[in-house]
Amino acid sequence: MTSTNFAYLSNYAIYSAMVLFTLAFFSHAVEVAFSVRNLEDKTEFDFTRTKRSGDIGTVMMVLALVFLFVGVIFRGISAHRVPWGNMYEFSITGALAFTSAYVYALWRYKIRWLGLPVAIAVLLTLGTAITILYRPSAPLVPALKSTWLAIHVSAAIISGGVFLLANCIAATYLLLDRYENKGGRPVWALKLPTLEALDQLTYRLVAFVFPLWTFAVIAGAIWAESAWGRYWGWDPKETWAFITWVAYAAYLHARVTVGWRGRKAAWLCIFAGSTFLFNYVYINVWGTGRHTYSGL
Amino acid sequence: MTLVPELEARSLSRWLWRQLTSMRTALILLLLFGLAAIPGSIFPQRSQNPLAVSDYFKSNPGTAKFLDELNMFDVYSSPWFSSIYILLFISLIGCVLPRTIEHLKSVGAKPPLTPKNLDRMEFFFELETGTLDRAESWLKKRHFRIRRDVDSISAEKGFMRESGNLAFHLSLILILIGVGAGSLFGMKGDAIINVGDRFINIPTSYDVISFGKLESEKNMNPFSITATDFKATYELTTGVPSDYKLTVNIADPVGSKEVAKVVRVNSPLTFGSTKVYLQANGYAPIVTVRDKTGEVKYQGAVIFLPQDGNLTSIGAIKVPDAEPQLGFIGSFVPTFARNSQRGAFSTYPEVLDPRLLISVWTGNLGLDTGRPQSVYRLDTTAMTRLSLKTLELHETFDFNEGSITFEGWTPWVNLQIVKDPGKIYALLGSIFAILGLLMSLFTRSRRIWVKTSADKSGVEIAGLAKNSVPGLESEIAALINEMRS
Ligand code: HEM
Repeated sequence: MTSTNFAYLSNYAIYSAMVLFTLAFFSHAVEVAFSVRNLEDKTEFDFTRTKRSGDIGTVMMVLALVFLFVGVIFRGISAHRVPWGNMYEFSITGALAFTSAYVYALWRYKIRWLGLPVAIAVLLTLGTAITILYRPSAPLVPALKSTWLAIHVSAAIISGGVFLLANCIAATYLLLDRYENKGGRPVWALKLPTLEALDQLTYRLVAFVFPLWTFAVIAGAIWAESAWGRYWGWDPKETWAFITWVAYAAYLHARVTVGWRGRKAAWLCIFAGSTFLFNYVYINVWGTGRHTYSGL
Repeated sequence: MTLVPELEARSLSRWLWRQLTSMRTALILLLLFGLAAIPGSIFPQRSQNPLAVSDYFKSNPGTAKFLDELNMFDVYSSPWFSSIYILLFISLIGCVLPRTIEHLKSVGAKPPLTPKNLDRMEFFFELETGTLDRAESWLKKRHFRIRRDVDSISAEKGFMRESGNLAFHLSLILILIGVGAGSLFGMKGDAIINVGDRFINIPTSYDVISFGKLESEKNMNPFSITATDFKATYELTTGVPSDYKLTVNIADPVGSKEVAKVVRVNSPLTFGSTKVYLQANGYAPIVTVRDKTGEVKYQGAVIFLPQDGNLTSIGAIKVPDAEPQLGFIGSFVPTFARNSQRGAFSTYPEVLDPRLLISVWTGNLGLDTGRPQSVYRLDTTAMTRLSLKTLELHETFDFNEGSITFEGWTPWVNLQIVKDPGKIYALLGSIFAILGLLMSLFTRSRRIWVKTSADKSGVEIAGLAKNSVPGLESEIAALINEMRS
């Protein structure tokens, strides 16, 4: 097969993944919406009723993950390199990392309730990717030709996926916390985990990715040293990577050493995750500096 | 009304020290550090993009002046930014060093005595069965550190958590030392050389050079680099570069046997702690300028600066030896095209159909006014323009006062030469930091106590997870099972 064939196949795989994510979205929406038998009288609800729909959602999600994986790999084959050369490629790989993190956490921690927000977030990411960010498959500019591209960018993208997941959970925490303070959870939220469990899960995800993100930043510095002649230059992208790092370090400190729990910790986590998103979107699209590889 | 001012001062400074090294202050400083880095990503920085800074000054002079007062164009070397990280690191040292000493002392020490009242612990169970001996062998098998007393066991595991944590924080200090050493003992400069030329590592070979506070030109490695060939490869359809390859002969020290090397964007040359990077490239048209009598007044390659991705380049040719002096503002177009909006421009970055566009000026070049002048620009204040011309390759243009011939071109490369003796410490610090972090975040630190119950029929078991990291519950359940079996 030629490069162009692989590029087409990659696009088809991404489109198929989007269809499957949409199906997963509807299945999870049905699961949530119809788990309550009688909405007026909030006494009667039956979680087992829509279990089947949720199962379908999970199957769709896993299938979508497979197609997304194929899409990313074929994109790489078509360009004869790792598929991280422009913002379209960062986005599809980021969506892959995010979905993988979800599926992994689903298996480890029983978090199927996250299916709905995850499907929405992935569809938004892929939607922007194929409409606004799409660029034809092409070789890399000389500055990107390095093994560090594979190492640095993969670490950063995986970290991003997990940051996003941690943010989803922290946001859920805040929402449920709000309900509980106002007199109790609405029915659809009753089967979600306890606040305590959400808080713990957020912490575990952050504790898991913080070393990876540290590694991503350091790998970037090593690469910058070999490509640009300095390992740290306060380029906007570097600055925001550093801010993200400091924010998560502050989160860990606040939790472990100062004993912050719950609401304050959740806000800090969301703040830290936002600095990552800001870096990704703002600096790539409107920013200046040397990290302008978005291809826009 | 201080009776003992000395004592007052001492207790005040002790109070300040305690405040500074408190966890809360550290946390606040850490957040401040992050916040303080933000303005540098919003406003252009002199260290990265001096042109953007001067543009900012031109378009908003008032605001720019105010912002400059606040060091907004030099954020990362500003006093307020420095004071935040210096305070942060003092705080870090003040907290981590005593803890390190404490921790080292506790190597090989036995866990602390079993507390009197175990029922206050997070996990507490009373059992009807079980013996201390069973508990001890169970804990030993799981590599707990154990203190066995007559009627109790105090066991501890997860020593590496604190070790890792301290290693991480100490590594941050090592990184800072590396960064500091780099800026004090480092050197950085740029040199543009034409392919075919030799660069010798002495200050006068540089276009720009700067030394760290404790570094001087005496310590420059005496190497030389001769650029023998430069090849840029472009995508045919888009003109996007796909490879730059510079071939050089190096001699270290100058005059020793030359060795051939290849430099690429991601693979610099290394001379000890000095590295040479390929940073940019462009074209230098080769011209011959003659005066009215036909005598050659200038001959050679003149470096032009690229203006776009297809390497349309501009520059200036100055001929101070002609009488009157001659100057040319030029534009070199590697692959020529022309339209009504843009005039002449290049459609591809390789030289396929070159042109040299010039405007000819005569008068005083202003080179001896003492004012510094850019070699890429002509100061035309004391000059008059004679004519305009588009030259093809090997074409000569005669303009009464003299003539100019477009002889050819040569590529040039911009070498960036950097000496940073501190970066190895920064790198080591980073590696230790990650290892320490992994060790600390993935080790659970906990204590378990087992005590014969008051009536001697069974045991009491209690546990405490430091930092409330989960997982102790199942461990204690396993121990209870063991006691019951
Ligand atoms: C002012 C300086 C600092 C002090 C006094 C300090 C102190 C501490 C202490 C006491 C811990 C205890 C962890 C435990 O008990 O298990 C800790 C953990 C930690 N610190 Fe710092 N630290 C400082 C600066 C920093 C900085 C600048 C960073 C990175 C940006 C950082 C990142 C961390 C991380 C990631 C942990 C691990 C949290 C965990 O164990 O889960 N610290 N620090």
